[in-house]
Amino acid sequence: MRSASLYKLSAVVAVGALTLAGCGSRGGSTSSGGSGATTVEIGVDAPLTGSLAALGLGIQNSSDLAVKTANKNNEVPGVTFKLVAKDDQANPTIGQQNATALVADSAVVGVVGPLNSSVAQSMQQVFNQANVTEVSPANTNPSLTQGPNWQTSKMRPYKSYFRTATTDAIQGPFAADYVYNDLHLTKVATVNDGKTYGAGLVQTFTQEFTKLGGKVAVAQTISDTSTDYSAVVSAVKSAGAQLLYYGGEYPQAGPLSKQLKGGGVNIPVMGGDGIYDPKYVDLAGASAANGDFCTSVGAPVESLASAKTFIQNYNAAGYSAAYSAYGGYSYDSAWAIIQAVKAVVSANGGKVPSSSSDFRQKVEAAMQSVSFDGVTGHVSFDQYGDATNKQLTMYKVESGKWDNGVKVGTFTG
Amino acid sequence: MTTTVFLQLVTNGIAQGAMYGLIAVGYTMVYGIIQLINFAHGEFFMFGGFGALAVYLWIPPVQHLPLLAALPIMLVGGMIASVVIAVLAERFAYRPLRNAPRLAPLITAIGVSILLQQLVFLWYPQPGGGKVQVGVNAPVQFPTFAGKPFHLGGVLIQRANLLTVIVAFLCMAYLAYFVAKTRTGRAMQATAQDPDTARLMGINTDKVIVVAFVLGAAFAAVASITYGLRFGQVSYDMGFSAGLKAFTAAVLGGIGNIYGAMVGGLVLGIAEQVTTGVLANYHATQQWGTAWQDVWAFLLLIIVLLVRPQGLLGERVADRA
Repeated sequence: MRSASLYKLSAVVAVGALTLAGCGSRGGSTSSGGSGATTVEIGVDAPLTGSLAALGLGIQNSSDLAVKTANKNNEVPGVTFKLVAKDDQANPTIGQQNATALVADSAVVGVVGPLNSSVAQSMQQVFNQANVTEVSPANTNPSLTQGPNWQTSKMRPYKSYFRTATTDAIQGPFAADYVYNDLHLTKVATVNDGKTYGAGLVQTFTQEFTKLGGKVAVAQTISDTSTDYSAVVSAVKSAGAQLLYYGGEYPQAGPLSKQLKGGGVNIPVMGGDGIYDPKYVDLAGASAANGDFCTSVGAPVESLASAKTFIQNYNAAGYSAAYSAYGGYSYDSAWAIIQAVKAVVSANGGKVPSSSSDFRQKVEAAMQSVSFDGVTGHVSFDQYGDATNKQLTMYKVESGKWDNGVKVGTFTG
Repeated sequence: MTTTVFLQLVTNGIAQGAMYGLIAVGYTMVYGIIQLINFAHGEFFMFGGFGALAVYLWIPPVQHLPLLAALPIMLVGGMIASVVIAVLAERFAYRPLRNAPRLAPLITAIGVSILLQQLVFLWYPQPGGGKVQVGVNAPVQFPTFAGKPFHLGGVLIQRANLLTVIVAFLCMAYLAYFVAKTRTGRAMQATAQDPDTARLMGINTDKVIVVAFVLGAAFAAVASITYGLRFGQVSYDMGFSAGLKAFTAAVLGGIGNIYGAMVGGLVLGIAEQVTTGVLANYHATQQWGTAWQDVWAFLLLIIVLLVRPQGLLGERVADRA
């Protein structure tokens, strides 16, 4: 953890510097309403460096595209949007420091992100206390919106937290249903990475799968610092599982698939949205990855008519990284915040409310009734802050690439 | 649990342990001579893998060779990278602190480790000729053997694992010859026993120390290439956990003893695989399986040190602090 401590130190220094900078610019950003346009900031928090950067950069760039589009089309007259990006390195501690820095900047009304459910857990409270709207394009852990006891009594813990992604309460069972009813497999192994997202996904999968009548022969947890999974492979092999369900992300899932097939266990690996990235196939090697499955949130972006313009504009903008798995959702998340700002500004006679805490509270309240047709379909939020669009897609690796989806649907219980 | 499964676990453990042992040799040699726990050694290991990969990616003809033919060239690249870094670290970070209190070089070693790790994190370009995105380093792909693993009874032997064991054996044989038979090797032994007397006898101890760093780094580069071949990837932070395990292996075997390093590595590797593998195999105990891998490894270390504080092959010597 030597690297982690360095990150911490540099993050503390960076947060300190940013807080000071925020203090200095506070007067400027709110008083500029007199003559020209008022600047309203939208934050982004995602892992922009490290092994999950491919997904994080997609989130940052897609949010950036939404902000640029809003400015170009003069979506909210009298308001210029500005993106403030923060790198959380997929680390809950750094995520919370970023949240604190964003809250301290009074021009920030909403934040897109984060990618990881574990990071979201540490940020939610900070944003909630300051009434800063948080919209995650990627968090799928059910407890984030429905409370820790979501299976028995749903209770929304934070009213400032929203998400455009579907939850694992639907994703896990959707996968279990596919394995049992479409693939007709009854004996599986599960492996998770011990993080909030991975463990939660495996839990919801296991519940539905055993309810359907299937059997989980082996359940293992791996650590994200380890690269040698041969003990898992032999356990899976001797249990005779027909499929391995993995809860976690591609940096571990790819090598796991490679070592599994290399160890003579020729069964497909299935995962959640965390492994839906071309890097998964790179790390597993095309021959091992072929036939592997994953579920991801929403219908395939490429297949939606609404997404054509998004893809076109994204490519035209010339970002160095691809929009990846959460691009469409990130665009919609940023756009939802922009729509909420628009509602608040027009209710306030075309002006941004003068007090920043008042502005934040009003945006948070306006989020609840945001409704528009976005990149990924119709965007609106239910009473828990969850997306009302609960589509999921099952993808399969065919000749070294994720295909365009073998099944699109949702899980209704 | 069948015998086949058990043997499979042992086989995997031997390969993993041989890799730990190769890295551990570097810790133990440097410690044996200057009593420095070189925490940057894990990063020398990491540099070896990236050096080998650089040769593979940036000298295009190497990619078109069969992997077995390309390996010696990659090995040279890996060794150059890690040896150069080790010599620079010794010259500029450790030598000026040779007579400083012991904690100073220890903290310096941690600093060197962080520095090297972040250098690779920030500057190693993405393979495939794309744009260099500073700071965006997912695990980087490493070439692997294409062929199927060998079957021995029901036990699968991965090509890369076999190579690891063969290479580790050759390295240890060379090291045994070097230390016992060559002039520099004997000078090294003398310096380890008593550096002041060795210098009075006309041994250039500075040179001996550099040789210890060079050998350790070269072995780490070999280990790094076997790591890449086995797991198909290298990453900037791979030196941390591998280095920690190798350090454990060095202590387990008796720090300061080069054969102890290899024995410690093998014991650690096998114990790690067998405990986790056996526990993961039974339904009742599976929750203590792979998730607890590090717990079993370090529990073993504690038990061995309680029973034999000097390590498996270590000798009880007076501390020369």
